[in-house]
Amino acid sequence: MAAVATTTFALVGNPNCGKTTIFNALTGLRQKIGNYPGVTVEKKVGSFFTQHGEKRDLVDLPGTYSLVPQSPDERVTRDTLLGLQPDIPQPDRVICVLDASNLERNLYLATQVLEVGLPTVVVLNMMDIATAKGEKIDLELLSDRLGCPVVPTTANHSDGLLALRVALSQPGLPNSSVYADFTDLENVSEAAIAARYERIGSIAAEVISYSVVDGEDRTDRIDAVLTHPVWGWAVFLGLMGLMFWSIFTFASYPMDFIDASFGKLSAFIQETMPAGDLRDLLTDGIIAGVGGVVIFLPQILILFLFIGLLEDSGYMARAAFIMDRVMSRVGLHGKSFIPLLSSYACAIPGIMATRTIESPRDRLATILVAPFMSCSARLPVYGLMISTLVPTGVASAGTKAGLMMLMYLLGTGGAFFFALLFKRTFLRGEPPPLVLELPPYRVPGLVTVLQHMLSRGSAFLRRAGTIILGLSILLWFVSTFPRTEAGLSGSFAGRAGHFLEPVLEPLGFNWKIGIGLIGAQAAREVFVATMGIVYSIDGADENTEPLRVALLKDHWPDGRPVFTPLVSLCIMVFFVFSMQCIATLAVVKRETNTWRWPLFQFFYMTAFAYVFTLAVYQLGRSLGY
Amino acid sequence: MITDESPTLLSDVEPGQHATVTAFIGDLERTKRLREMGLLPGTRIKFVRWAPMGDPLEIELRGYRLSLRRHEAELIQVLSEVS
Repeated sequence: MAAVATTTFALVGNPNCGKTTIFNALTGLRQKIGNYPGVTVEKKVGSFFTQHGEKRDLVDLPGTYSLVPQSPDERVTRDTLLGLQPDIPQPDRVICVLDASNLERNLYLATQVLEVGLPTVVVLNMMDIATAKGEKIDLELLSDRLGCPVVPTTANHSDGLLALRVALSQPGLPNSSVYADFTDLENVSEAAIAARYERIGSIAAEVISYSVVDGEDRTDRIDAVLTHPVWGWAVFLGLMGLMFWSIFTFASYPMDFIDASFGKLSAFIQETMPAGDLRDLLTDGIIAGVGGVVIFLPQILILFLFIGLLEDSGYMARAAFIMDRVMSRVGLHGKSFIPLLSSYACAIPGIMATRTIESPRDRLATILVAPFMSCSARLPVYGLMISTLVPTGVASAGTKAGLMMLMYLLGTGGAFFFALLFKRTFLRGEPPPLVLELPPYRVPGLVTVLQHMLSRGSAFLRRAGTIILGLSILLWFVSTFPRTEAGLSGSFAGRAGHFLEPVLEPLGFNWKIGIGLIGAQAAREVFVATMGIVYSIDGADENTEPLRVALLKDHWPDGRPVFTPLVSLCIMVFFVFSMQCIATLAVVKRETNTWRWPLFQFFYMTAFAYVFTLAVYQLGRSLGY
Repeated sequence: MITDESPTLLSDVEPGQHATVTAFIGDLERTKRLREMGLLPGTRIKFVRWAPMGDPLEIELRGYRLSLRRHEAELIQVLSEVS
């Protein structure tokens, strides 16, 4: 029998209507995430089975308020529905998800979708919120007015999904033709928008009946606190503090476990395999590389757990609401706030989170400055340098916190400064309007949040993992070969360190620090391990004390010590500003679809780090440090 | 419904007050998305609040909440209702 093409469904809906929850619920883990060619829009394709066990493909199209596109994401949605998207055939059927608690505005998109003329099933999601608002919707009448089946659901609590699957299993669906009189989607006029809303208004008046709900609106009462001039900030800062405290506290247990497991695996190979290049490649290249990525997974998962909870509860829109003023001072958008905040954990999920920013200029500005936010991979470097900075080797809690805070402030200041600079120069333009929906608060759906967390976590592993692994192998190679009697000093990495020394000397760095900086290109925390290799200290990343002693003994040919407190500080400052993470650069390339921006980012950040560190060192020297 | 005689800008409406949109200032492109989200001449809105730092602002329309900046609110002419 000839293969019959599977029926493809497209999922469309407003942002925040629960479309992705429905996609996850229908497809489970049978989904593929990729990019549409030529644009940086995430393409999510999955499959599900009908009641009768037949396979159906499902494409999750980017959320939009209208089929008249204003961003690349929205263009993909429109083009796919119209069969104009080059890489994807026109879907056979459409599932149009509406937020039942916000029916009028959601019907605006629905009427446009119905005009396209494909057989459509309308899903009325968030029925629980509509009911809580005292709304009663006449589903049969709505179905009649729209000319298509209407299925009520509360997807984040898994209600109505069976009925949805039944509706999707129906063999025949009427082609929608009710609104065939509006067909010109490109040239939307004032009159066309008004006419559409007039029509929607009359449908809404017919199908919705209101009953009086007791008491003040719950969202109002919550917002009275959460957007209060004093309490709003207190809660906001408290939540952000809790998020970071959780990331650094709870993640440390699985991280120690992962670290120990990879250490044991490495030790096992050391014992069982004969010594040689292959063994070294396995332990120092591959295992170290995989371990270096996996170790950050707990932090990333906790970060996405928090982001998911904040998003699903409705708080994220309030965070953007209260932060918009601060962000707009530096030319950014309230929605840039979460990507930048996430970048304190790791710039990669932060940059992946910029997809919610509609304006391409704002999005690019956010991507370009995100790596200034001090990520957790810098912490081991700060830790080592703080220990060489204080004479006793053990900094008091106050000194440590003060220095750490200084580094975070420098990085954040750098991000804001360059965002402003870029928005005033090559990313200049009319500020796009802030159109931010403030959804009603609700209890987050646990399954929704966990699915979000796992899907983001696996995207991190795929994107960052492959790159860091490749680089670790490359770094192992350049620091091992060619083999000379001089050891590391004679390898490619060592030669590069020597080659760089004249450039680095004005910053107070010698060639050994140069090798550390080269190693840090794979991932910043590799600096500590590389310094361990340079100073022949085994296991330097587990216990920095022997390394600290070795570093403090190092001196220039003229006898001056290398690691003066000023140089330690300068290394920290250099790490704050420089772009030393090739995995981030690769993600920026993916997100911007060109090598131009990651290259620009690498050069401007590294150049700025150099100049700033130079200024700090020379100033410090002239003051006698 | 009692309304003020003269139209004002959305940015001048007091928190808690209701108003009806009368006109948009400037070209369609700048306000198209707001219109597509249901903010049209004749739409009745409630001014909910300013953000803690004085910008953006929050309004209620068609049963949902929307935030826009002062900059955009200054493009929207309204008749506010006297309470």
